[in-house]
Amino acid sequence: MILEVKGVQFGYKSRLVLKDISLNVSGGEVLSLVGPNGSGKTTLLKCMNRILKTQKGTVFVAGRDVGKMKTKEMARAMGYVPQSANSSFPLTVFDTVLLGRTPHVTFKVNERDKEVVFSALTMMGLEAMAFRTFNELSGGERQKVLIARALAQEPEVLLLDEPTSNLDLRHQLEVLGTIASLVKGKGLLAVIAIHDLNLASRYSDSIVMLKDGVIYATGKAGEILNAANIREVYGVDATVNGDSGRPYVIPLAPVANGPQ
Amino acid sequence: MVQEANAVEMRATYSRLIATRVTIIVASTVILVAVILVATSLGAAGLSLKSVFNAILAKFLPVIESDSLDQTVIWHLRLPRVIMGVIAGAGLAVAGTVMQGVLRNPLVSPFTIGVSSAAAFGASIAIMFGVGIVGSGTYLIIANAFIFAVACALLVYGISWLRGVTPETMILAGIALMYLFSALTATLQFFASELQLQSVVHWTFGSLTRANWESILITFTILAVSFPFLMRYAWAMNAIASGGDDVAKSLGINTSLVRIVSSLLAVLITAAIISFTGVIGFVCLVGPHIARMIIGADHRFLIVYSGIVGAILLVTADTIGKTAFSPVIIPVGIVISYLGVPLFINLILTRRKEYFQ
Repeated sequence: MILEVKGVQFGYKSRLVLKDISLNVSGGEVLSLVGPNGSGKTTLLKCMNRILKTQKGTVFVAGRDVGKMKTKEMARAMGYVPQSANSSFPLTVFDTVLLGRTPHVTFKVNERDKEVVFSALTMMGLEAMAFRTFNELSGGERQKVLIARALAQEPEVLLLDEPTSNLDLRHQLEVLGTIASLVKGKGLLAVIAIHDLNLASRYSDSIVMLKDGVIYATGKAGEILNAANIREVYGVDATVNGDSGRPYVIPLAPVANGPQ
Repeated sequence: MVQEANAVEMRATYSRLIATRVTIIVASTVILVAVILVATSLGAAGLSLKSVFNAILAKFLPVIESDSLDQTVIWHLRLPRVIMGVIAGAGLAVAGTVMQGVLRNPLVSPFTIGVSSAAAFGASIAIMFGVGIVGSGTYLIIANAFIFAVACALLVYGISWLRGVTPETMILAGIALMYLFSALTATLQFFASELQLQSVVHWTFGSLTRANWESILITFTILAVSFPFLMRYAWAMNAIASGGDDVAKSLGINTSLVRIVSSLLAVLITAAIISFTGVIGFVCLVGPHIARMIIGADHRFLIVYSGIVGAILLVTADTIGKTAFSPVIIPVGIVISYLGVPLFINLILTRRKEYFQ
């Protein structure tokens, strides 16, 4: 199983947000998209599952063109995890996760749908709060609910939009650890848009560094997380430590006249 | 082992939750039936519940004996009014629920996108000038109100189509048109004679006095035809209302299609009802909230339940309006707010806080 993005381009009116993006991810792998605000991480994610319509290029899941799939087929192949926000009309946690079954059911929920939801809830450790309302939960718990919903879709590909942005240290590790073990355990693949370079380094099999809508660098964490790249892409001086292949980054100061 | 125990407990809780929701719906239906019977028995000529029962059943079962005067009063005067109240209350509340859901905004109703002010303008033209597109007399007013209401909604769709059918563009375009039609109606009223002004204002009060079996048949048909489509979209509405468009799309839902079809049905239901009854605003906006606070935001239950709640509210309000200051009948469009506002504020104060966050 493989996710292939070939020559994807996207823009609003006159401004191009993504230019000729191509990348590959194999089953059992976590790919992180990193880059400054406005570099196109989230946009690329949304182009992959047709939330946004690409102007050029194609996305393939296991050799099948996503653009030619029926919408429900697409939703069975790819699960999307948005940033956790408040809901105007919050459902219970159970019903929120049950929504993940949408691509599989028309109206009536059958026993198997319920089983899938129960096991997704169990996998994310949400049993105790299954019947509380979504808005009652903390940021970390909500993020887990949204991941459980994506799992209930039984997808091959997980797309996650900054899953750690509102979480404390412990929840960051828990959430990314769970994603990494799901990817390894179930042979899924995950694409994660993420700001935190150290978390990306720790949990990714490969990293794509975006700058102004193009891929600036791609490779394993140890290959591309270096002071020169960070200076060029973020406009920040940084020390990069560790030689275990998963380096960690200590940002020092913005570079004068660097990219804004 | 602990996990398994949790899973078993989770299954039991889930079944209990579904059972609770079903029980709420059944219990409220029983209350609605009781309200209908009481409402039918109350009026200028006081009838006992028993004679109401007999008169209704006698129509279907000739063996049951019933006073022929009772039968006339009930079948020609009382029942049309009460049943129109049920349809109007249910239809308006369902339409409000659907609009709030697909536009993801707790402050909207079909009235927000200008339906009622356009209907009032259409009715005003018919009342003042006796001109309209089809029909004559009372039918001219009804047809005009309906046509303008639907036309207004189509204009809203047209405008928002140019910018993508998002909740924001629909609400903004709707509010703009609502003000336009209010201004047009006000302009007409400014030049109207005393008599014309009186009938225009009277129309806008919203009342069940004009109800008859014909209006019931028409509004019921529109509601009955729309309902299965709305229920079919219950899942999609859950996704759009709770998660937003991106999430709904990622679940394989065609958000624009769902939004257009279901809000158009909501507008049709609303337009059909208010062209017969005049403007009854409150049920549309607050009925859905009351229902949601009681049964939760799952549209598979909420759509049905808001209909029941709306019907109970409207029939109760109309019964109070017709008996409190008898023989003067206070229009239900006025009474419904006096009844609903205290109920609604009570719910705001006593319900869980996270509902509003």
